[in-house]
Amino acid sequence: MIRRAALVVVLLGIAGVPFMGGDYYTTLMLPFFGYSIALLGLNLLFGYTGLLSFGHALFVALGAYTAAYMTSVFGILHFEAILLVSVAVALVVAVPVGLLCVRYVKIYFGMLTLAFGMLFYSFLYKFYHLTGGDEGIRVLRPMLLGQSFPALGKVEFLTGPYYYYSLALLVAAAVVMWRVVGSPFGLCLRSIRENPEKAEYVGVSARRYRFYAFLISSIFGGVGGTLLAIPTGLADPLLAYWTHSGNLVFMMLLGGFANFFGPILGSFVFIFLQDQVISLTQYWRLVFGAILAVIVIFFPHGLMGVFDPRARAGG
Amino acid sequence: MPLLEASSLRKLYDGFCALDGVSLAVGSGEFVSIIGPNGAGKTTLINVLTGLLKPNTGRVLFKGQDITGVGPVKLARLGMARSFQLVNIFPELTVLEVVKVAVVSRLGRGGRLFSSLARDREVTEQALAVAELFALADKRNIPAKKLPQGDKKLLDVASAFALRPEVILLDEPTSGVSTREKHTIMEILVSASKEIGIKSIIQVEHDMDIVFGYSDRIIALHQGKVLADGTPAAIKADEAVVNTVVGRKTRMPERGA
Repeated sequence: MIRRAALVVVLLGIAGVPFMGGDYYTTLMLPFFGYSIALLGLNLLFGYTGLLSFGHALFVALGAYTAAYMTSVFGILHFEAILLVSVAVALVVAVPVGLLCVRYVKIYFGMLTLAFGMLFYSFLYKFYHLTGGDEGIRVLRPMLLGQSFPALGKVEFLTGPYYYYSLALLVAAAVVMWRVVGSPFGLCLRSIRENPEKAEYVGVSARRYRFYAFLISSIFGGVGGTLLAIPTGLADPLLAYWTHSGNLVFMMLLGGFANFFGPILGSFVFIFLQDQVISLTQYWRLVFGAILAVIVIFFPHGLMGVFDPRARAGG
Repeated sequence: MPLLEASSLRKLYDGFCALDGVSLAVGSGEFVSIIGPNGAGKTTLINVLTGLLKPNTGRVLFKGQDITGVGPVKLARLGMARSFQLVNIFPELTVLEVVKVAVVSRLGRGGRLFSSLARDREVTEQALAVAELFALADKRNIPAKKLPQGDKKLLDVASAFALRPEVILLDEPTSGVSTREKHTIMEILVSASKEIGIKSIIQVEHDMDIVFGYSDRIIALHQGKVLADGTPAAIKADEAVVNTVVGRKTRMPERGA
């Protein structure tokens, strides 16, 4: 009950940000929505299935470039269509990549996902005529539910309709993921995380389930990336760079992978902390490195572990 | 036709011959114990019988079907399960969840992405029923890792039983637990297998009290070969087996566990 009440309060708080937070902080919330969706996926893979991907930014970048291609190249502005295509593109890439990666576990899985992420980065960077190279491709303002909001300026659009559209999408994504982790499928994933050998002896094929988890997490990555690209207005190769994957892992650890809401909290804290620290010092990476070290050593279950110490990624 | 049949199994590890022409057959209704000194090839035999290891020669038939090296997932689906010498559970899952994994798998519901596991009455009831058979129902919400050693062993076996297999292979079901607990575990095992309808049990066991107390038939392995295969009475009368395998252990106190 307390958790449910807390959730409602938090949601109302987020919905109230455009009224109270001003344009600056409202705009800062937009990447939070995108990252949270991507992290829900990443944590299905890590917190629930036990596979740590260091290349998840690949799918975030795919989502962003899909938005760029759809709007700038094909002139399709319906955001719903863009999101659907993002899902499809993420799947098309995730099938072969996943089939290869889930043959490995632990550090080998991590390294292989890292390799695919960097491969995609190089592709984006070098194939100038297709991807715009280091300049990337512009992402145009989409139409939401068929509306183009011509009367609204860029900031008004982002802090108004787009803000609530993103929030709704995050809520929908969280509900879907909540159902997935609480399903019989979710239990099988957790059994594989705990003990793949035993799981196989009760008939749960580790490789097959890891593959499905990979596909789902990729879809969430793609949708998150699409959502991120609209406020930035640009898809550029750095989205696929390994440091971006590293940031995703950081957010997940910061908030706590052992809790369903941990990664969402992590993305929130990361974004706002980064904003503050960057304005204070150019050595923000140093500060973040120190924070990460403190978390791993003293709070292995992340910030959420501090609030809710008993929780383990469960149903 | 025997339920499980193995013919002339040979398994080599870097020139060391762990199994050297082992043949055996286990019929419906049998409780068979495999005994032998350390290094006799017992665990290798279990691993080959359960399709984890592929033998160099020979094959394994389950219900007349060749299952040599098919792997554990397919085996579970065909109706053969196993438990492990060292406790093999899902430490962070609760007791009930550990059993539920097997029930979900047997009912083929692992692909259900969006249905609620908590509201799946059938899975919950069946898992609870198995937990009750193993006296674990009261501990259903405890994380498996927090159970005492004896309960962990039971949970490992319970999750294998939840598959409702026809044949179950138990690799030292009572190793690492106290003498008093051993008999409790065995009693639970036997009654649960009747309840669930398991047709045959094959166990590897060191404790001769348990071997002679529960088996219909005993297969003695020595240096990768079947030394003897017969009823407990026949094994006791077999000089060679008593000298190499059973030894004076029957009279000796438990190895300090």
